[in-house]
Amino acid sequence: MPTLTPFEAIGAALAEEMRRDPTVLVFGEGVATKRHDLVDEFGPARVRNTPLAEGIIAGTAAGAAATGLRPVIDLLFAPFLCYAMDELVNSAGKLRFISGGQFAFPLVTLAMTGGGWGVGAQHNHNNEAWFVHSPGLKVLMPSSAADFKGLLKSAIRDDNPVLFFIDLALLHQPGEVPDGEHVVPLGKAKVLRPGSDVTLLSYGKTVHACLAAAEQLAAAGIVAEVIDLRSLKPLDEAAFLTSVHKTGRLLVVHEAARIAGVGAEIAAQVAERAFASLRAPIVRLGGPDAPAAASHPLEQAFAPDAAAIVAAARSLCR
Amino acid sequence: MKPKSQIVDETTLLEQMLLVRAYEEAIVAGSVAGKVPGTCTSVGQEAAGVGVVSALAGDDLILTNHRSAAHLLARGADPGRLLAEVMGRRDGYCKGKSGSLHISVRELGVMLTSTIVGGELSLATGVALSQKMLGRPGIVACFFGDGAACEGVFHESLNLASVWQLPILYICENNQWQAFVHRRETMKGEHISERAAPYGIDGATVDGNDVLAVRSAALAAAEGVRSSGRPFLLETWTYRSRGHFEPDDQAYVDPAEHAAWLARDPIARSRQRLVDSGRLPPEEAAALERRVRERIVAALAFADASPFPALDEMTTDVYA
Repeated sequence: MPTLTPFEAIGAALAEEMRRDPTVLVFGEGVATKRHDLVDEFGPARVRNTPLAEGIIAGTAAGAAATGLRPVIDLLFAPFLCYAMDELVNSAGKLRFISGGQFAFPLVTLAMTGGGWGVGAQHNHNNEAWFVHSPGLKVLMPSSAADFKGLLKSAIRDDNPVLFFIDLALLHQPGEVPDGEHVVPLGKAKVLRPGSDVTLLSYGKTVHACLAAAEQLAAAGIVAEVIDLRSLKPLDEAAFLTSVHKTGRLLVVHEAARIAGVGAEIAAQVAERAFASLRAPIVRLGGPDAPAAASHPLEQAFAPDAAAIVAAARSLCR
Repeated sequence: MKPKSQIVDETTLLEQMLLVRAYEEAIVAGSVAGKVPGTCTSVGQEAAGVGVVSALAGDDLILTNHRSAAHLLARGADPGRLLAEVMGRRDGYCKGKSGSLHISVRELGVMLTSTIVGGELSLATGVALSQKMLGRPGIVACFFGDGAACEGVFHESLNLASVWQLPILYICENNQWQAFVHRRETMKGEHISERAAPYGIDGATVDGNDVLAVRSAALAAAEGVRSSGRPFLLETWTYRSRGHFEPDDQAYVDPAEHAAWLARDPIARSRQRLVDSGRLPPEEAAALERRVRERIVAALAFADASPFPALDEMTTDVYA
């Protein structure tokens, strides 16, 4: 199996989908500069640099998507999505409904976030839950090179606007990616490690912290099940409900702030639908209600690490 | 239904303006009676909308905003289905899910209507990119107001359209009012069209209350966009003679300004010109007005008879 970084996996997904479908195009801030191999193969009309103007990039994508193209746009960093909120939320997310189904918006928005580059809170803000709360949008956040490729291919083929969050700490971490056509469906979580004592549910970079924690917990005799959500909307409710029915204990882990985060939704659903299976209270580990600092130790401490996950899981299983 | 794009007879333009006026007056009366939700009208701006739409070709696409009655009706939308939409009924063009503020009619090429001020400016570039990349013939006509011209996206849209050479006819309906505030309080300069030059594109201002002048300017501008593939900024200089949103007592409006603009009412001017030149005898003008009123009465009856959507429509059409 070839080894690719997520950056390369994204490039491979773009190239394959652009080859497959002539209506796919990609534009954004520095896209043609960074992806010159795509420019070489598909030409400057389908791989475009844009002004540093997120609103018009997203609006152009929404207008193009509704009229026959399938744009992928790169808005660089997730906090910059604030400049594109109207176009993504009010236009792409709502105009299908408002028009009584006259339009569809097959577009993908790429945005990086998370600690790792010391760039501070205006480049690092895990704001994925905002988009989960917005109707008409789908939201993805993969953790492995294989899923970066397979989920992006599915996102490009989907007829809805998809937010594709890239944990920047993962961007240059190589991983195995299956040869040939590799498509991962939206809305399907993945059990990375089966277990019976506690469910560790996560997405993005903290999935790897959960896997490391599971290793340490195994040494202490606790068999943890690790699930990578991958897709935050649609949410694979069956995956985590099935797991909690089995383990009776749930630990939800993400870098995004705990308050009104994706973990809060999952905790609420489990409390509503699997309460009788719970043998301990649900625990959420997530960032504080604070902007992310640039200073390295503060930036790193924002996201839950394996030690915190181990401690919380041990406390749950006591 | 084919869009009506090849109209040249001023009597037909007058009939369209009368239809727009009667349609909006019916909405105002309905809202006073509590039967129709309040809305944003374009009373006083009929020539600006009708004149431009009459200059478009059948395969051109239109993006508009919450003051869309003239654009929709001149394009051939059925007033009954429009009123059904305004009243939230099942037979509305958007199944009653839009209401008055963002009515799209894809079959007529009226696309992606947005009530977010400037929303249409951000979407027009994408629609025009599709036209260009997919080799379709039509240009994109994007209607917005002087209020939207004060949004940041105005700059972003014109800049990108010029850099990417997109076939967009930008039409700023400068109606002097930005919701409850006169444009003099919010912007420098009189004319939005002066802003074309910095983007390396052409612009012009036309008397938006003279339907023939608007049509003539729009024909030239649209032809320029069509032949060059480049954007153009046309400003129609007009006046919103009713309030921002019904009901609105307009206590904030200078009565002298209001009266001066009412004296330039686009429908009265067109009617007078036609009657004075003998092209429309007064009795025929009266018959025209009667026909339009009868159409609106029938449209209201149609809309009123249309049922509300089933409650399960609350969650349909969210995802494709």
